[in-house]
Amino acid sequence: MDMIWEGIVQAFVMIVTGDPEIFEITWLTLKVSGTATLISLLIGVPLGVTLAWTRFPGRKFLISLVNTAMGFPPVVVGLWVFLLLARNGPLGELELLYTPTAIVIAQSVIASPIVMGLTSAAIMQVDEKMRLQIRALGATRRQMLLLVIREARFSLIAAVIAGFGAVISEVGASMMVGGNIKGYSRVLTTATVMEVSKGNTEVAIGISVILMTLAYLVTLFLTMLQQREVKG
Amino acid sequence: MMKKLTKTGLILLLGMMMLLVACSNEATSQEGNNEPAGQEESDDQYLILATTTSTQDSGLLDVLVPMFEEQTGYMVKTIAVGTGKALDMGNKGEADVLLVHAPSAEMELVENGSAINRQLVMHNDFVIVGPKEDPAGIKGMTKVDEAFKKVANAAALFMSRGDDSGTNKKELAIWKKAGITPEGKWYQESGQGMGQTLRIASDKQGYTLTDRATYLVHKDEIELEIMVEGDPSLLNIYHVMQVNPEKFEKVKAEPAEAFVSFMVAEEAQQVIKEFGVDKFGQPLFFPDAGKDEKELGL
Repeated sequence: MDMIWEGIVQAFVMIVTGDPEIFEITWLTLKVSGTATLISLLIGVPLGVTLAWTRFPGRKFLISLVNTAMGFPPVVVGLWVFLLLARNGPLGELELLYTPTAIVIAQSVIASPIVMGLTSAAIMQVDEKMRLQIRALGATRRQMLLLVIREARFSLIAAVIAGFGAVISEVGASMMVGGNIKGYSRVLTTATVMEVSKGNTEVAIGISVILMTLAYLVTLFLTMLQQREVKG
Repeated sequence: MMKKLTKTGLILLLGMMMLLVACSNEATSQEGNNEPAGQEESDDQYLILATTTSTQDSGLLDVLVPMFEEQTGYMVKTIAVGTGKALDMGNKGEADVLLVHAPSAEMELVENGSAINRQLVMHNDFVIVGPKEDPAGIKGMTKVDEAFKKVANAAALFMSRGDDSGTNKKELAIWKKAGITPEGKWYQESGQGMGQTLRIASDKQGYTLTDRATYLVHKDEIELEIMVEGDPSLLNIYHVMQVNPEKFEKVKAEPAEAFVSFMVAEEAQQVIKEFGVDKFGQPLFFPDAGKDEKELGL
């Protein structure tokens, strides 16, 4: 119990004193996971909508694949991205391994199926009759798309929250493709693992408190966006 | 309604865009931080150092790497893995320079042409640690293989790294020397780094083989004591070496060569000599540059 308390104290000390290294790690974490979430939205939302609206043979099979990918272990994704980016791998020329960009790539791969799966579920939930009605009222395709997205917005924000939550808390892939390089590709989760193996348990607890606070604040922001719409 | 949605969407998008922009700025400024002003070539000049967890977890590299970066302008990407993995990275040309501690496995790389310019850097030693009660009765023994035999005969819990690290290789070599194939309920593998393995061994009150540096770093939070030390075969020797740029065309020759020279130069050796004395009352590593392995008693 002492240890946990010391860790919480440590977290406050690190935040209040503005420990520059911790600040840098926190900022990088936010940027990397934020960018990955954005990319996963750009990939996942259009594909999710398409999956929800089109009918083609093998669609159910594809949905089942996407749903499986939603639960992919990050470390497996990390391994594959590692193999792709490794010097002697197919994309070795880009020299992206052990960079923050590599973490963004891996996290985008992790989050995209989540956003895609939840988006298609959200869109499918919108009543088909409503779509017909919108069409009948003379809406263009674009207008209809916007309306349906608006109708499904709560679930869509939930998809964003789920995607962001998955990548910011992920450690296996970040460690493998980022390398946990001090001052360069070290994020909150990999720093936690390292501090534990260094024996700095209080620091590790401190970092984990910061990580949880960060995850909470971002989720809070998104939830407020979501709930503000409810009142309107 | 529509207006509100557009606004919300815009805010979200803007926020994300800002993140993206900040991120790309960061990438450039990050590299900028790691070089002294005026040395522009280092923007694309980095080296990948594959090393063992003990050099990172002890904090030694946190001192040496910034020194090297300051002196040369090269950026170091330190990848701390077990020695087995580090050697594997060297063998595939996935790293530029190696700092590892498994001499006989290292020689394989030198012989097959994957590693060149191999230099002795430093040593410390391995110790057998175990619970205070010492169920196998090995405390104070001087022959490490005899001690292992006693542990096996008593079927006292032994926690192995089981991860092909330098320490794990050492441990397996001792079992071999003792003529024992360790297996059974008493022999468990953690599959994790030294720090974690010490914690597990402490929780379960078992024996384990550890390097002294990691043990000293964790000493205060675990309940394990040194049982056996001082056997010459417990020497833990670290070498630095370049991955052969002639064998692997993508390997960076100059930064790697600079790193090897840096590690064996006077200044770094002095840091190694003094590292940890203020915190642990004794050095964690002993500098050995220029010495022959045989001088160390092998």
